[in-house]
Amino acid sequence: MKLLTHNMLTSHVKGVTKGYPLLIKATEVKFNEVEFNPEFISRMIPKLEWSALIHAAQELGHRQDLPDDLLPDYDKNEEFLKKVHKALLEVEVMEGCLKCPESGREFPISRGIPNMLLNEDEV
Amino acid sequence: MELLSRKSKDEKKVLRKQIKASHTLLKHEGIHTTSKPTKHLVVANGGLGNGVSREHLSAALGEMGELEVLVMPAHKPYAFVTYSSDENALKAHVNLNGHKLQCGESSVTLYLGFVESVKCLEEETVSLPEGLTVVNDFVSPEEEAQLLASIDWSSICDQDTAQKALKHRKVKHYGYEFQYDNNNVDKDKPLPAGLPKECMPLLERCMKHGYISVMPDQLTVNQYESGQGIPPHVDTHSAFEDTIMSLSLGAQTVMEFRHPDGRLVAVVLPLRSLLVMKGESRYLWTHGITPRKFDMVPTADSDCPIRTVSNLAQNKLTLNKRDTRTSFTFRKIRHESCNCGKIVPSQHDSASLPGCQADAAHLEQQYVHQVYDAIASHFSSTRHSPWPRVCDFLCSLPPGSVLADVGCGNGKYLGVNPQVVAMGCDRSSALIRICAERGFQVFVSDALSVPLRTASCDACISIAVIHHFSTRERRLDAIKELVRLLKPGGQALIYVWAFEQEYNKQKSKYLKDSKENQRPEVSISSKQQSSVSGHSSVQTIRLFEDNENELYMVSPKQVTQVKLSVHTNRTAFNTQDLLVPWHLKDGKRMKISNTENSSTPVFHRYYHVFQKGELEQLCGQVAGVKVQSSYHDQGNWCVILQKDL
Repeated sequence: MKLLTHNMLTSHVKGVTKGYPLLIKATEVKFNEVEFNPEFISRMIPKLEWSALIHAAQELGHRQDLPDDLLPDYDKNEEFLKKVHKALLEVEVMEGCLKCPESGREFPISRGIPNMLLNEDEV
Repeated sequence: MELLSRKSKDEKKVLRKQIKASHTLLKHEGIHTTSKPTKHLVVANGGLGNGVSREHLSAALGEMGELEVLVMPAHKPYAFVTYSSDENALKAHVNLNGHKLQCGESSVTLYLGFVESVKCLEEETVSLPEGLTVVNDFVSPEEEAQLLASIDWSSICDQDTAQKALKHRKVKHYGYEFQYDNNNVDKDKPLPAGLPKECMPLLERCMKHGYISVMPDQLTVNQYESGQGIPPHVDTHSAFEDTIMSLSLGAQTVMEFRHPDGRLVAVVLPLRSLLVMKGESRYLWTHGITPRKFDMVPTADSDCPIRTVSNLAQNKLTLNKRDTRTSFTFRKIRHESCNCGKIVPSQHDSASLPGCQADAAHLEQQYVHQVYDAIASHFSSTRHSPWPRVCDFLCSLPPGSVLADVGCGNGKYLGVNPQVVAMGCDRSSALIRICAERGFQVFVSDALSVPLRTASCDACISIAVIHHFSTRERRLDAIKELVRLLKPGGQALIYVWAFEQEYNKQKSKYLKDSKENQRPEVSISSKQQSSVSGHSSVQTIRLFEDNENELYMVSPKQVTQVKLSVHTNRTAFNTQDLLVPWHLKDGKRMKISNTENSSTPVFHRYYHVFQKGELEQLCGQVAGVKVQSSYHDQGNWCVILQKDL
């Protein structure tokens, strides 16, 4: 699971009103080099929940020095885009779990795959 | 002079092959070889996957010096060895590189290369299926001889219906005859002779030890030659009581147990051991024996009483050559209805279904989710070409769009447009694993509850998914969930299977394929089975269906029972709610000479095929979205929805 995917994921446990962002408890994190495409990253940034990305990158120790608030002219700042690229696409959680911030329900991540299935009594 | 040049020619050949081997290792396995001598070597071709046993390899390597570790990864064509010193490793390299190793009747040429280190993975602890017991040394060698002598194979004649069905293993029944056409017994027709008297002492012992609480009244004796097996199956729930026992005589084998969630446990059944299956291991897990001549087994010095074959126990695996094994399987005929529901809810093979949301979910669990998990790799091998009009939709998305493929299967649409951010989800963890191996961003989830933020997607696709929901409410909910994911203005493409397979006087590909391609015939290559010979898949497996090939569904609003009939592949539909058979092909390529032996496990998937206008009508009930276009494409009804701005 890349942090780009994490940024979209939320918990849907019955009764939960704020299931986002999911906390990451990683036991194995992989780092994969991915070709840098500044245009693509610039296009992605407005689709992200920025604070969730910063929080997740921090949890995994890959925040670098990304700021709490999004820079204004980020699309012209290649160095900044490179850091976002790294956090979004190159860091991959292989083992661990995602934790619902409200209910505490944990969703396992195994071989890089989050299992978000709910039990019958949770839907 | 001539001799010298000849020798150097051979040397060149070895060098060439060695370089090729190291390239292959690097490319396929990520193993880096180094020119600098170390005490670690990779031995290409010297692997369990190449039919090399630990004993043979260890003996050859041991001649060169003291071995510290010999790691033989499961199914791989190579092994790793660590010597006590660099010198010994160098000696092995000089003497064994390019040399032939004789393993029984076959031989392989070894190519050695130095590696920096050997990764030895920790042994994985495999837990046995719940309810499974293996009792070692249950009978003495004398009892074994008596039991084997009590079976008169000569009395099998051509008229024997059971034997006719099974061309690749010998079988004989006592008490009641097992009928392979419906995987059941005729409870009113006991065979004239009961169980052989030689069985009585050991059955009494089973009672005494509490393995069984009632005496079995049916015995099936199977004889498997080396290379023969039995396809994965669950013994018919309604035919037999809970406990099933099987005695292994003549030789050991490895039996594979598979859980619907994809778990696989390979259990060694030693010579003269008794296998006892109860509960989940009897009702939920399938069991089978892969037809092959060698089994990968833990070495004999493993002290665990029940041995499972773990793929990670690399330094403890070897090969065992199969001999003729005779199994005695004892069962008790069931006269009352099955009690499996208490053990594994919704697993019974002739479930009738009352009409509520929970039962609809159970129907889908049994006739959709479990089936996809069981057929995942075969299914995936037949789903390689994306449908052109789906690709058109994907390619029309602006770069940087966020796309969710809900019910992505093997992920064939996730890479179509590399300019979009594609995420896939599916209910089947086995299919999702295939996607992940292909490098896609995926997660396991249900289409009724997709764990993505509301309004996070520019586009969604749902290709051949919604027809698997068994009530109108659930199909509607699935569409609502897709719409929830969309941003205002976002688009969703939905494909469902059409009741009308002939449209505008054009037959769909599904119908047209009927002659040349009665079934999906694509074989999956499986490394494990490369040395397989002999075919034994003759028994039709009815894992998910009852004996009458039908099951009953009550739709929530009406109280009338709707019969789910089994569809005949590649024919027109005659009803909207049905079960579609999937004929599972296993890993080996079927030889032409063996086409007669073509019965394969059959799984049934539930479908609701849509009539013209039905999909649009359903979408019309979802607020905040408009049907932008709809069309018929190769036997599917399709819509593109747009969420209101």
